[in-house]
Order: sequence, then structure tokens, then C-alpha cells
Amino acid sequence: MRRSLLTPALVLGVAIVLAGLNLATPAAGALHVSSYVVSLAGKYLCFAILALALDLVWGYVGILSLGHAAFFALGGYAMGMYLMREIGARGVYANARLPDFMVFLGWHDLPWYWLGFDHFAVAAVMAVLVPAALAFAFGWFAFRARVGGVYLAIITQALTYALMLAFFRNDMGFGGNNGMTDFKDVLGLPLHADATRAALLVITALVLGAAYLAARALVGSRFGKVLVAVRDAEARTRFLGYRPEAYKLVVWVISAAIAGVGGALYVMQVGIINPSEFAPANSIEAVIWVAVGGRGTLWGAVLGAVLVNFAKTWFTAALPEYWLFGLGALFIGVTLLLPKGLAGLFARGPVRRTAPRGAIAEEGAR
Amino acid sequence: MTLLYLDGVSVSFDGFRALNALSLVLEPGEMRAVIGPNGAGKTTMMDVITGKTRPDTGRVVFGEDTDLTHLDEPAIAALGIGRKFQKPTVFESHSVADNLLLALAGDRRARRTLRARETADENARIEAILATVRLAPERNRMAAALSHGQKQWLEIGMLLAQDPRLLLVDEPVAGMTDAETEQTAVLLRDINRTRSVVVVEHDMAFVRALGVKVTVLHEGAVLSEGSIDHVSEDPRVVEVYLGR
Amino acid sequence: MLEVADITLHYGAAIALRGVSLEARPGAVTCLLGRNGVGKTSLLRAIMGAHPISGGAIRWDGADISRLPTHERARRGIAWVPQGRDIFPLLTVRENLETGFAVLPRGQRRVSDEVFELFPVLRSMLGRRGGDLSGGQQQQLAIARALVTRPRLLLLDEPTEGIQPSIIKDIGRVIELLGARGDMAILLVEQYLDFAQALAQTIAVMDRGSIVLAGRREEVEAADVRRLVAV
Repeated sequence: MRRSLLTPALVLGVAIVLAGLNLATPAAGALHVSSYVVSLAGKYLCFAILALALDLVWGYVGILSLGHAAFFALGGYAMGMYLMREIGARGVYANARLPDFMVFLGWHDLPWYWLGFDHFAVAAVMAVLVPAALAFAFGWFAFRARVGGVYLAIITQALTYALMLAFFRNDMGFGGNNGMTDFKDVLGLPLHADATRAALLVITALVLGAAYLAARALVGSRFGKVLVAVRDAEARTRFLGYRPEAYKLVVWVISAAIAGVGGALYVMQVGIINPSEFAPANSIEAVIWVAVGGRGTLWGAVLGAVLVNFAKTWFTAALPEYWLFGLGALFIGVTLLLPKGLAGLFARGPVRRTAPRGAIAEEGAR
Repeated sequence: MTLLYLDGVSVSFDGFRALNALSLVLEPGEMRAVIGPNGAGKTTMMDVITGKTRPDTGRVVFGEDTDLTHLDEPAIAALGIGRKFQKPTVFESHSVADNLLLALAGDRRARRTLRARETADENARIEAILATVRLAPERNRMAAALSHGQKQWLEIGMLLAQDPRLLLVDEPVAGMTDAETEQTAVLLRDINRTRSVVVVEHDMAFVRALGVKVTVLHEGAVLSEGSIDHVSEDPRVVEVYLGR
Repeated sequence: MLEVADITLHYGAAIALRGVSLEARPGAVTCLLGRNGVGKTSLLRAIMGAHPISGGAIRWDGADISRLPTHERARRGIAWVPQGRDIFPLLTVRENLETGFAVLPRGQRRVSDEVFELFPVLRSMLGRRGGDLSGGQQQQLAIARALVTRPRLLLLDEPTEGIQPSIIKDIGRVIELLGARGDMAILLVEQYLDFAQALAQTIAVMDRGSIVLAGRREEVEAADVRRLVAV
């Protein structure tokens, strides 16, 4: 148990240091960390939460989801709805009840599904419940029908793509192609204030830590051993009397819930949520984070998410014309040279014991 | 009361008759060897018993009156029928002990395993099985590191962990060394003291070593039954093996 | 001449061939017998290079081919007619035959008349798709396709399995003719004992991954063979 505290402690430590250097040092000082960096770090940690969720289903159960960012985005939208309501009368149209985009569309009242979202608690619960419910419905049918491998991956892509198209529609009532933005505050605290950003960073670190520890407990339990067995020899578990569908469903729903939480924290720090968050490419990126970090280790997912996004930020700044090539080279390099991801470099006990062979290349065989 | 009764079971795949009104009876406590040339239907028969394949006609009755043809694989496994495949399919990423732990009879439902902690009782059972299959020294070894014969024994151990009444074992000694083959015969006879076993094999020396009643399958039906000497002298069996 | 010298073969950790030695000379039909699962097909796969050997050596015409890839061995004149025919169902009979051209130098890419003399039924079906042929016709096509490559070693894996008696006779005649030509070594794996014994000059019986009985047909006791092959 002590070893598994390392990652959350590290993450929290870094977050606190960054927050401290942002709030406690003078703006012109050498050690000062700008609020931009604080928000960026917070964004990375939100992605890490998504990566963690994905590693649970991919690294430990062998389910390749190419649509996991959908759960993330749903969580983001749920929180976004609360943040929109919080704008109140400070919007362009100065309508206390209706968000700007609804006034623009000529609507007179809030649709029923927006009711209650003026309470933070409702948004928080929905950020977990909606992705979980969708995951439950999807998983129920998919796992029962024994859809797996490439076919499941394709269906998850279709799922996220369908959601993207749906949310793009203006008459869905979620802001259409512009999405939701211009947020002012959360729980009375202004979102653009340094103190709020710093607090959100630390809170995200805490949430990531908690999710990490919960995931560790899950995969370390008897339940977790069954998961690994299902991943490596599903038919065998069936002949042993287990119902893999039930196990997959439980992990799938938990994973979606975690992703949703990540999305909710994300929207608060990025200040905008729009349908492009559902883009299939986002989900594929998430898979790449986990693959680069090393799937089936949990901490690899966190590492991968932070590193790849950092690389992305760095490449877009350093090679504004060619950053995508830089990123592509990174992916190709890792796939060819480090099939177990970066975690494979530290291959000892936990990685060899629970991680599947050839993290990325094996997926096609399933 | 018979333990297993296949009654006129027929299975066709795309027009090919894999099982042809197959009828077979197994008494409780019996060990039976099932042999037959390629395509005789031995694997299909096991698939039908374990619920992997549903027969087109016929019944499979287990024990008093349970018709297996209406149940699926996990349900049949829960009734006490365990199957061992020819190719060892142990969980390579788990230790020998963990493999057995997962196989132990007990509540398989997801919510139970979330809270399960290893009990002294489970530990004792694992030790007992390790002793039976002669894998006690390899308790904490990764299953991937075992020799082929050892993997087969581990898989038999996993079968035993489910406390089955009937074991279906498919070509257990294929690929084993001579020494391992001998030990496997001893192992199966040992197991047969408390459970019923059906062994499918091609290795005649091994079948002889088992010293049990033999059923010869051919083209999906029983061709001959009796002691190994009896069936080996049966002219119909000889014809079939000689390819006539 | 083919020389298999004390080879072992594993599938993962499972041992399938234990120290098998065998010879196949041109002009002779060598028959490999044995029940299912004894390793006959594994031996052919080892000779063809479809599965690596873990010990011993395989020599062809004096050269060690143990590590050569399959296509190289095909180029050196080894042809394989696998169990179950494996002809290309969507290609026509002519196209199936022409796949044998891959190992021939450009100038020699023709289907010799001899192939059609051995299997006249194929000439009338050149445009028919492989999958539309009967089992027996497919078997004949599979052998013909192998002959197109002008092999000096022909490996046949249970050519009579699932084939009607009249075509079995035809195939038997073809094998006899090819053997009599004197320039081709034929290794025939069979479970159909009478068929094998009528054609073979040399017989080898396998059990549990080893050859347990071998010798010229006249020297080997029929009763011993039957005992090993039957139950």
C-alpha cells in the first residue's frame, strides 16, 4: 500500500508547489509560476484522470475504448451547465434565467433537463451519473452480446461521434456548435482569480490521488485478479463459472464515472466546453497517453497523460508549423522502441505481474 | 442413477454431421477413456456436454434429471462439470496459487469478489490441491514460467479447485515428456478416487496405463466400447483406424 | 535426397517431435504412418519450414536447410500438398495452377502437358473456380499445383482423406507413376494403411513424436504396423 501512495503524493506535492509559487511569490520574481501554467497543470491532471479511467478498462480488462473522451466531455457539459446558470444576469442579454445562447435562439424558458443545474451539487452528481448511466446502457448490451476487440473499439468511436453530432445541434439546448463559455464563477468564487485557479489545481490533484488509490484498491483485490484473468483468457474464466460481462460492466461504469469527474474539473479550469470535446480524435489521443505511459500500471497512464500533453504544448510552441509531426514521431518512436510504454523501462514486479505483453501491438490480435 | 447420459445427441455444422445420434452412459465414480480417429466427434461431444454447442436433437442428462442442453457454460460449470482443454489455458500473468484461488469454488458474482479476503479455509484447500498435482514447490511462481507438463497439471488443479463431480480432460499428455505422461496417469487415477473423469486421448500407451473402460467414437457415434484389449481387437475399430 | 537428422520440435513448451530421423530418396515413395496426434504433420511442417525445429538438422541435396524460410525451400524443389488441400477457392483451376509459377524462372513458366496427362479432368475445368470443385477434384488440383513447381521432393499429407474411392485409385496411380519416373522423392503421410502399403518402398511408423518402426516394405511386419497404427 505504501508504494501506491507514491504517485498521488508526488502529484499533490507538485500541485501544491506550483500553487504556492503562483500565489506566494511576486509576479516579477524568478520563481513565480504564472496562472497560465497553473491552469495548464490543472488541465494536464484532468487528462490524467481520464487516462487513469481508460487504463482501468484497457490495461486491466483488455477493453480498448476509442470513445472514452465522451464520458469526459459529458462530465464537462454537466458542470458547464451549472457554470452557465451561475452567469445569471451578467450575460450579454442580461437574462437572469436563460443563458445567452438560448435567448439568441428565441427560447422563452429553460428546457426541463436544465432544471436544478443552478445548484453545484446537482451538477456534480450529474457529472458522475450521466456518463455512468450511458456507460451502463452501452456496456450492458455490448458485453452481453460478447462484442469485443476491434468491433467494440469501432462502436465506441461511433458512440462518441454520434454524441458529437448531437451536441453540435443548436436545438439540443447545450449551446450547439459554440458550446458554453464566458463562465464567471463557481460557488461564488471568480473563475479567473489566481486563488481559484490554484485551488482548483490542488483539488484536481487530490481527486486524481483519490481516484488512483481507489483504482489501486480495485485492481489489487480478488475482483482485480478476476479482471486480469478475463483480460488474458476470457473463455477460461467462463468455464470457471465467472460471468465476464458482469465484471466488465462494473469496471466500465466506474471508469466512465471517473472520466466524468475529470471532465467536470476540466471545464472549470479551461473555461469552455464545446462539442469538439466529443471528437473521435480526443479519445484516440487518450489511448495514446496510456500507451506511451504504459498500460496496466495506472501510474503509467498518469505519466503518459502529463508527458504527452506537455510535449504537445512544447511542440506547438517550438514547432508551430510541424508540431503534429513532432507528436507523431513521438508516438511512432514509443510504439517501436517501447511496446510496454515508458513503464516498461521500469519493468519490475508490478509491471511484469499485471501488465499485458506488448501493450499497443497486441490489440489487433484481440 | 447414472452420472452422465447422452441420449441420441446429434449436431450438424453446415451440413456436416459432427455427432450422429450419439448415446453414451457414464456411471458415478467411473473413469472413461474416449478415443477415435480424427473427426470422430470427440471435441464436439465435450462441447455439447459443457454447453458450448447446443445439439440439434437429443438430451444430455446429468445426475438425477438435469438436462444440460438448456443451460449455458457458466451454469453447467456451476453444476460441477469441469473441462480441461488440450492446450493449457492457465492465467499466465498470475502465480500458481492465484490461478488456484480464482478457480476455487465460491461465489463468482462481481460484488462478492470486490470484498473478498483470502480465508484460512481457502488457503488450506489451495495447499491440498498443490499437493495433489505435485506443484507445491511452484506455489508462487508465475504460471508463464512453468513447463508444459506443469501447466497441464496446474490446469487440472484449477479444475479440482472447482470441486467438480465430473472432469472432462482433453488430450492431457499431448506434448509431455515420458516421465510427465506417467505421472499424469497416476494423477488421474488419484483424482478418480473421489470424482468421475472422462479422458479423450490419442496416446494409446497412456490409455493402457489408465486401465479403464474405453469408448471408441467414429463419425459422431459410438463404434465400440469395452476394455482396451476388447476394442483393439474389435475388427470394426481396426478397420476405422486403418482408414478403410 | 532428403535427410532429416534427429530433429526435435516444440509448440511453445509442448514437445511434438523427439529426435526424428528419416530419409527420402528420389525414385522412392516413403510412407509415414501413425495415429492422430503422433506428429506426422508436424514433421512435414518442419521439413517445409512452416515451423522451426528446436534441435537436429534437415538436409536437402547435401545442404543444411534447417534455417531456410519456406519460400526458399520451395525454390529448391520441395513441394507440399497440405492436409485439406488448401487450394484457392476464389481462383480458377488455371489460376491455381499458375500460382506454382512463383518458384520458376520466367522462361519456364508453363503448365506442362504432363500435368494434364496425369489429371485429365483438370483440362476440362480450367475456367472453373477452385471452390466449385468436388473434394476429389480439389485434391487432384492440389497435387497438380505442386507438380507445376517441378519439385524433386513431394510432400503429401493424407491425400486420401475424405475422397471417394475411385479418385483415391487415380491418385494412387499418379503417385506410382511419379515414383517410377526416378527423379522425384515422395514422402507420403497417410492413415489409410492399405493405400500406403501398396505404394511405399519404405515405411516409417510414428508414435508420440518418434519413429518407432521403420524399414523397407518387404522387411516390415504387417502385423507390427497394424498394432502401432490401430488401437
